[in-house]
Amino acid sequence: MKKKFARRDVLKGTAAIAAAGLGGTVFAAPARAQAPAASEITPELIAAAKKEGKVVFYTAMDLTLAQRLGRSFETAYPGISARVERSGAERVFTRIAQEYSSNIMAVDLANTSDLAHVSHWKRDGWIQPYLPQEVVQHFPKQYYDPDGLFIVTRVLVSPIGYNTNMVKPEEAPKSFADLLDPKWAGKMVKAHPAYSGTIMNSTYQTARDLGWDYFEKLSKQRVMQVQSATDTPKKIALGERAVMVDGAGYLIIQYKEKGDPVEIVYPEEGTPLATSPSVLFKSAPNPNAGRLFQNWMHSREAQQILVDFARQYSPHGQTVEKPGVRRLADIKLMKEDADAIEKGAEDIKKRYSALFKV
Amino acid sequence: MTLALPGQKAGRQSFKVDLSVPLLLTFAVLLCVLILLPISWLVMYSVTMVDPATKERVLTLAHFRTLFSDPDLVEPLITTMIVAVCSSVACCLVAAPMGWLVARTDLPMTRLIRALVTASFVTPPFLGAIAWEILAAPNSGLLNKFYRTVTGAEMDSYLFNIYSMPGLIFVIACYTFPYVFVLVANALDRIPGDLEDASSILGAGTWTTARRVTIPLVLPALVAGALVAFLQAMILFGSPAILALPAGFHTMTTKIWSLFQYPPKPELAAAASLPLLFLTVMLLRGQQMILGRKGYSIVGGKSGEPRLIRLGWFVVPAMAFVIIVLMLPVFLPYFALLNAAFSPLATTLVTPETFTLKNFYFTFFELSTTHLALKNTFILGAAAATIGTVLALVISYATARKAVRGYQVLGFLATAPLAIPGIVLGVGLFLAYTRPPFVLYGTLWVLLLAYITIELPAAYQQLQSAFRAVHPELEDASRILGATRLRSLIDVTAPLLRTSVLATWCFIFVSTIRELSAAIMLFTSETKVVSVLIFDLKESGDLGAIAILGLSMLVLTFTVIIFVNRIPGFGSSGLRNT
Repeated sequence: MKKKFARRDVLKGTAAIAAAGLGGTVFAAPARAQAPAASEITPELIAAAKKEGKVVFYTAMDLTLAQRLGRSFETAYPGISARVERSGAERVFTRIAQEYSSNIMAVDLANTSDLAHVSHWKRDGWIQPYLPQEVVQHFPKQYYDPDGLFIVTRVLVSPIGYNTNMVKPEEAPKSFADLLDPKWAGKMVKAHPAYSGTIMNSTYQTARDLGWDYFEKLSKQRVMQVQSATDTPKKIALGERAVMVDGAGYLIIQYKEKGDPVEIVYPEEGTPLATSPSVLFKSAPNPNAGRLFQNWMHSREAQQILVDFARQYSPHGQTVEKPGVRRLADIKLMKEDADAIEKGAEDIKKRYSALFKV
Repeated sequence: MTLALPGQKAGRQSFKVDLSVPLLLTFAVLLCVLILLPISWLVMYSVTMVDPATKERVLTLAHFRTLFSDPDLVEPLITTMIVAVCSSVACCLVAAPMGWLVARTDLPMTRLIRALVTASFVTPPFLGAIAWEILAAPNSGLLNKFYRTVTGAEMDSYLFNIYSMPGLIFVIACYTFPYVFVLVANALDRIPGDLEDASSILGAGTWTTARRVTIPLVLPALVAGALVAFLQAMILFGSPAILALPAGFHTMTTKIWSLFQYPPKPELAAAASLPLLFLTVMLLRGQQMILGRKGYSIVGGKSGEPRLIRLGWFVVPAMAFVIIVLMLPVFLPYFALLNAAFSPLATTLVTPETFTLKNFYFTFFELSTTHLALKNTFILGAAAATIGTVLALVISYATARKAVRGYQVLGFLATAPLAIPGIVLGVGLFLAYTRPPFVLYGTLWVLLLAYITIELPAAYQQLQSAFRAVHPELEDASRILGATRLRSLIDVTAPLLRTSVLATWCFIFVSTIRELSAAIMLFTSETKVVSVLIFDLKESGDLGAIAILGLSMLVLTFTVIIFVNRIPGFGSSGLRNT
């Protein structure tokens, strides 16, 4: 068994985060104040969390995974119930903004699949620093904020996928360009950047690398439009459409291992990438339970669930790889750019809905 | 007794301290706040904007200019009109002959047929839309798979495509036709048999009688039904969100909802809501005008039972027609949901080998929002039903007995919410209760307000007709013997109205738990209800959990209905869709 992440993979694979600079200041300011001391799960923290009795977790991860994490947390710390609020990352972001603007502080911690959200929250002063010991020890530096404002919980890719009953492997698309072939007209399903953070990332990256006229051509292919990046794999598993343009790669692997007729394709132009950060809110109603959950979610135990059950990429250095997933280093990845998305999100949504009509 | 004190005057003579006047005034104020506050905010937002320089609100018509010039907003408006007109026509084409068959012919099992129409009415339209996705999605839909198996057609060929404008119209019509059916069937029930007899005696055949007597008498009800169906199709949110978005088009309701995505544009949403409000008011006026001229139809006292037309051999195609019509909103979708609930893959037929309880287990034991949503839904349903019934009871008493001066205003206020589509009310309530003086957003209260406002007109209409059926002389007797109005109400009227009140309570309860369009604007994570949870699950494609939750919702609904044994009223415009 190999380690999930070799250091080399990490540097090569997703150095984009560092490149993005995330608000610039974080990485560029050597003179910043003393980094917060790394925290361990202490009996005091557990006792305080148990007193609060519950934790509220808003997340964009697939519902079954989110609930599995919630249940595992409840098993690890009996007496604390974990309530999971799942929606698309962009929806989660909207929801928190809407609740906070009405002074409703319901969320303890959130996991989004759009790194740009962290800069928004940081600027608004909504999130608080917290650095678990294990993160400092075992996470590559690219995957957490040195001030502890966010930790990347998982790394996501948005590949192409197809239904093997409907498409023979030799006829399957190999690149994004292949999808413009008239033979795929009416046979594709695609998720929405105004709902999903993964798709916000993939839309930005694809438009940057292939140009918006790629999407203009794609929009003429009578593409079925769903919302969530977790829905497109379900639609091809059901056989509703033959090919998915984008979506959660990990679900394709999950479903394939379960016996569904689906196969993953890493497009030749590069596979869109989305890192999925988790943050802790300053006004969390259950701050201790929130810290405990944040700490536990990035422990080896929880991270191994991501690998074994969800088939996602874990940034934790000690998680053990389970064969069947192509290593990030072996995939040609597109570059993530959270800054560009932060500035351009509205424009991306506008152009997208002008082309795809919804 | 009645000679000494005519009922009409009873209300104005009070010698004891009567609590009813301040009580009724309180209710009037309450109603004003309930309805006028959200609408005022809506109008205010639609004509103002925040000046970027001064940070103050200034008057502007820019939102309306955008609304009527931006193709992103004009197209949904046109689409909505097309969808509403088509589904209204489709409803009439199906419901009118069916209503006639059930009310005026010797078709067997009419009670069962009416019960099944009720079942299609209580089915939440968004749940029906999801079930129809499972049935008629072009490739994975059960019906299309069946079609390909039978005909050996190619992989990509299909019989139905639910993700299309016709598909949307079809599904909307499936859950709107009960409105037309009930109106038409009730009207036919009421047509006195002697009018038709007279026509027959004068030598007219069955067909001539139908053409010259029956149809003209029932036409106002049919036109009214068409208007209600149009209205319902126009203000529906769930079905277009489920079927139109994948097909790549918006309707007005989904567009308004999408305007709240980050960064939210509440001003534009408010402006986009107003045409819906305006159209609804106009349509309801039209409906009143049509129903108002029913004058000549039921002149005279009691008349004979309507004569049932013998169908003869025609009973076979007639029954086939009814069964097919009922299959579409009830049998097929319920089958699809049952299958999805216990199948590993929603669109694969379940077999004894593949039968699974995993969805059931997941929904009830792993999905952490299930319990919260069920609890909220139940609390809100019960509270809205209780408060709504009390409110409607008091107002309908005041108007039926003309108990206070200005009772007409009370009646008007109680029916006014009819003109507010759920999503518009949602936007209005959101604007009204996210800022001082009433910060209620994020609590169950704001949802409760929405539900009460939405259900009040139907409850009011039902109870008002119930009050009319209890003659005032009974109350007069009690008042002459010295009771105050409240006392006589409690001791005399209330027991007589028990059945109607209970029925109204159930009606509001059932309507509340299927409401989506206002809830989708107002929920927060802590105040989620089942309909919103189902919609959330829909967006991530978790069909198994949806099927389980949807079926639980139906079980809860039917338990309540069977408990009361009937759905009351089915009044002309008293029913709302989500």
